[in-house]
Amino acid sequence: MSRAEPDRERLLPATLTHGGATRWISGLITDKPAPLSWFVIFAVCSVLLVVFLVSLTYLFSVGVGIFGINIPVAWGLPITNTIWWIGIAHAGTLISAVLLLTRQDWRASINRFAEAMAMFAIVCAGLYPLIHLGRPSFWYYLLPYPNTMGLWPQWRSPLVWDFFAITMYLLFTMSFMYLSLLPDLATLRDRAKSRLGQVSYGLLALAWRGDAAHWARYQRATLILAGCAAPIVCVVTGIVSTDLAVSIVPGYHFTIFPPYFVAGALFSGFATVALLAVVLRWMFSLQAIVTRIHLDYIGRMMLVFAMIVDYAYTQEMFTAWYSGEDHYRYVYIDRIWEGAYAPVWWTMIALNVGVAQLLWFKGIRRNPVALLLIAIAVDIGMWLERFQIVFTSTHADYMPSNWDVVWPTAWDWAVYAGSLGLFGFLLMVFLRVMPMVSLHDMRELIARKGAGSGHG
Amino acid sequence: MVGKSEVLRGHDMHWIRIDRYFEGQPEAPSMIFQPVTCMHCENAPCEYVCPFAATQHSAEGLNEMIYNRCVGTRYCSQNCPYKVRRFNWFTYTDKDAPHSTPPPAHNPDVTVRSGGVMEKCTYCVQRINAVKIAAARTDEPNNGRIADGAIVTACQQACPTDAIVFGDVADETTRVSREKASPLDYDLLGDLNTRPRTSYKAAVRNPNPAIGSPDAPYVEKGRVKG
Repeated sequence: MSRAEPDRERLLPATLTHGGATRWISGLITDKPAPLSWFVIFAVCSVLLVVFLVSLTYLFSVGVGIFGINIPVAWGLPITNTIWWIGIAHAGTLISAVLLLTRQDWRASINRFAEAMAMFAIVCAGLYPLIHLGRPSFWYYLLPYPNTMGLWPQWRSPLVWDFFAITMYLLFTMSFMYLSLLPDLATLRDRAKSRLGQVSYGLLALAWRGDAAHWARYQRATLILAGCAAPIVCVVTGIVSTDLAVSIVPGYHFTIFPPYFVAGALFSGFATVALLAVVLRWMFSLQAIVTRIHLDYIGRMMLVFAMIVDYAYTQEMFTAWYSGEDHYRYVYIDRIWEGAYAPVWWTMIALNVGVAQLLWFKGIRRNPVALLLIAIAVDIGMWLERFQIVFTSTHADYMPSNWDVVWPTAWDWAVYAGSLGLFGFLLMVFLRVMPMVSLHDMRELIARKGAGSGHG
Repeated sequence: MVGKSEVLRGHDMHWIRIDRYFEGQPEAPSMIFQPVTCMHCENAPCEYVCPFAATQHSAEGLNEMIYNRCVGTRYCSQNCPYKVRRFNWFTYTDKDAPHSTPPPAHNPDVTVRSGGVMEKCTYCVQRINAVKIAAARTDEPNNGRIADGAIVTACQQACPTDAIVFGDVADETTRVSREKASPLDYDLLGDLNTRPRTSYKAAVRNPNPAIGSPDAPYVEKGRVKG
């Protein structure tokens, strides 16, 4: 611990004061124009968003046949992407809530954009089940409401659990993010220069005055919600994994799936946090508060979850072999060696097992460019992991007469790229209207470190 | 009808497929074939995974698709070990669909499926119900029972060798029950405990190698439906 102590101290520049932090971060919205890089990313994401809207319009008017799916492989990229996006969301929740409960100082400067990442990733994840459905206009049949059709959800289906899990997660993340924004919205209300800004932030701030009673309630509510978040992180992806695990499909039906998927979710989620941290600190020159030590810690989290995921890969194969079932054993022979999808598996292993080992080196974890490249590799690797689970399991299951190979179509890729655009678009808008670093968490950290007390 | 391009993508819509298994030399293989439709499992993997309860057991043991409820998650097909379900990837029955048949060519007794819903072999539920309704309307006393052999499914009707038998498995005296009692009777993927209602009779062959080659058209195979 004694070696770690200086690191902790260097999470903040010694000269940063309460007022300085507030002026700096809120100034990024109220005073400074957006950097050129913001406009470039915003333009690219807007184009992709248009692609998304056009694809969805065509999809909803024609049918899901435009995607690369068929019978044996009736689940394709929409399911892959649901799992991928929900996984990305998880690291945001873990950082904002679990690291709060465990009193990790390094969360203060990264939790806000991690929460925003979680929020927008859930939006993308929540859209994909609709994109997946054959008749999306009837999605509301999932709601347990009294109706004249005699319909009621079929509660044994994991898709019903899934619907409630994702809805709950969306509502939870919205409330948690809004709650943590409240004090900052009040700051922005007081600092906004335009009348429009004053009125809109004022309305959103719900009359927050920074009163001691407000803070006491705020602390209590945050702790309660953070306490809820820890089980939610495990439950949501756990339930998403039961969509696969509850079936009888070899390659889906494994009891290790819930913990394996939670670890996988956090692995890809921390990779995305690393990606955003590197990009945002470069875009907005946040190097002083999103330090290389932060990158180091994010890299360590990635490494922890990479180890669990890598272990799960071995256990998945061991379980298949140990089951003694030919069908289960063949899934791995097909995935790894014989099948058309084998290159996907090997690429996944190269990225998630191979590249992830670079995170053992402190120099690499603290190098923003290296971490960025590893993060992109891991995000691709975790996407491929979901791809190969969804595609390879049913493409060659029980009866050889049904075996078939199907690949994503241009529409699959258009929708996927479009959802990335939606995510980027929402994030870019968020960065321009909300503080990308939590002002009150930073002030609290400064107060605890004793650097700028009395200057607020 | 969906057309060649759709069939090549694995979007074929047939409810019965003929699986072929080959043995012997690749130059002169002998072939065993097996027609596979929905097995109407008692312990059906498709049923418990549907969030909308769109595929359900009837009181008589049919595994029924309720098209109106189906929202098209396709989970039933993923979980079907026989992969006998077929999905309407597009609206294939519309006037504007590339290969649609005109409404007069539709079977008036069978529901026309819209895009985005799952479908599969129904055991010809329309024929079953037609016979039941007719039986209920006769003056002859029948105790609500249908005579064995009164219901003939479409595949059974079309089979020239009478290899498909359909009937009441709850009644021991029916032909299907007698066939199922044979020691040659087996379930497809029975070890999955899906308890399929359709069962098959194993082919027993004893060709005399002195007569003809092994690939002579000599296929003896029965199929029992219940």
